[in-house]
Amino acid sequence: MANPEEIAKALETEFKDAVLDSNVKNSKFPHVVVEVSRLNDICKFLLNDDHMAFDFLSAIAGVDKGDEFEVVYIIHSYLRNHSFAIKTRVPRSGPRVPSVCDLWAAANWHERETYDLMGIIFEGHPDLRRILLPQDWEGHPLRKDYKYPKSYDGIELRRDDDNWPDPGDKELYE
Amino acid sequence: MKKPDIELKEILPGRFPDNVAFAKADDFINWNRKNSLWWMLFALACCGIELMQAGGPRADLDRFGAVFRATPRQSDLMIVAGTLTLKMARRLRMLYEQMAEPRWVIAMGSCANCGGLFQLSYSVVRGVDKVVPVDVYVPGCPPRPEALTEGIRELQRKIEKSKVLRKA
Amino acid sequence: MLFNFATVGIFLILAYLFVFAALVTSRLVAPHNPYREKLTTYECGESPIGSSWIRFNNRFYIIALAFLLFDVEVVFILPCAVVFRQHAGSLTGWFIFGEILFFVLILIVGLAYMWVKKDLDWVKTTRESDGEVSETVSVEGEAIEPKTRALLETTPEKECAP
Repeated sequence: MANPEEIAKALETEFKDAVLDSNVKNSKFPHVVVEVSRLNDICKFLLNDDHMAFDFLSAIAGVDKGDEFEVVYIIHSYLRNHSFAIKTRVPRSGPRVPSVCDLWAAANWHERETYDLMGIIFEGHPDLRRILLPQDWEGHPLRKDYKYPKSYDGIELRRDDDNWPDPGDKELYE
Repeated sequence: MKKPDIELKEILPGRFPDNVAFAKADDFINWNRKNSLWWMLFALACCGIELMQAGGPRADLDRFGAVFRATPRQSDLMIVAGTLTLKMARRLRMLYEQMAEPRWVIAMGSCANCGGLFQLSYSVVRGVDKVVPVDVYVPGCPPRPEALTEGIRELQRKIEKSKVLRKA
Repeated sequence: MLFNFATVGIFLILAYLFVFAALVTSRLVAPHNPYREKLTTYECGESPIGSSWIRFNNRFYIIALAFLLFDVEVVFILPCAVVFRQHAGSLTGWFIFGEILFFVLILIVGLAYMWVKKDLDWVKTTRESDGEVSETVSVEGEAIEPKTRALLETTPEKECAP
């Protein structure tokens, strides 16, 4: 069982230039930020190394940070009983991240969900299509600049009452 | 709803004047229909759990002659229990169309009535009545099984008053 | 004895009348409003893909055939048993018993043949020539033909007029 600092140190020694940032001391969510291009190598190392042995992918999450997207991989080791998180950042105009489906099978649906809701494209994914929303939905709803559709499939989203504010109005939340 | 392709071939319904004999005949037919409302299991979300309990032993729906069927072909009543999302709306309409007349719909819970708690979401239909015509709305989040029983009773009162053989 | 036939006859007539009355009432009183969407095949709300005429496994046919044969055998044994009661214990009784035993034995030989030749097995195995065993199990999943499977993956969610 390794604590987060040891994991971060092991990653930094293995992949010196790929680790951009780390937040492991006294943190509720110890993580390491890595370069997108080395993501596959880093994940392979975390999976196959004996002291790391991260054999379970708990979740993949996408975060909209304004001018870039962040993809968070939360991994856990049943063998060694420790958890960790890896973050990568991709630019908003071309969000492409290599897929980790061949390492962890759970990544299949998590990546589909992240693609569906955030629009991040995972290269190398065997079947990247929408999983929660209908196949012919336009847009990626969890982005910050998402505009609600007026209707879908012939069904209007608003009710007929005029004094109900259009959801998605910024005034509602400010 | 689309205009039917085939002409209505109802033989007796809707033909007779509003007098005592046919009122009694209508009462009899309505009594038959209201006491054997076979409902289609359409539990979409949490209201589905209360729907199951309403069909369970304590608040028993079976005492009204209402048994559940899984298929629209054999059911008269569709109890839409839960949140309807836009993805599911097409299927709901299709299943409603596949039910044989006479058919009724109960919207159970606030999500089915008006979108409920999730009204502000991008993917929720704000009320099942945007998709199918609803006869009885049962409010609650979720409504207790007793509330759903009252909803079924209300529907039975509506059926009692309907005109079958008499001209509508 | 003729009176018994009359009882059965009246029972039959009443049964027919009952069902007939129900169907006639339904035709007169029930609404009849078929339209295109109502007549579509039920597939849990989705538009049906492909044909519902799938090829099902022929082991069902084999089992049904065996059942039919033995059922007919039972149908022959039953009246024989009724008549046997009157002659039980006497020489004709033994003759009847021998006859029916012979009849059953012929069919048991057939059953034994089926059993030994593995026609009653639900999961059939074949032996390859070099001694390895490979299973030729036809499972229900194969009933989806490749064309239908391809359709399932690429069909967009459309196709039903609102």
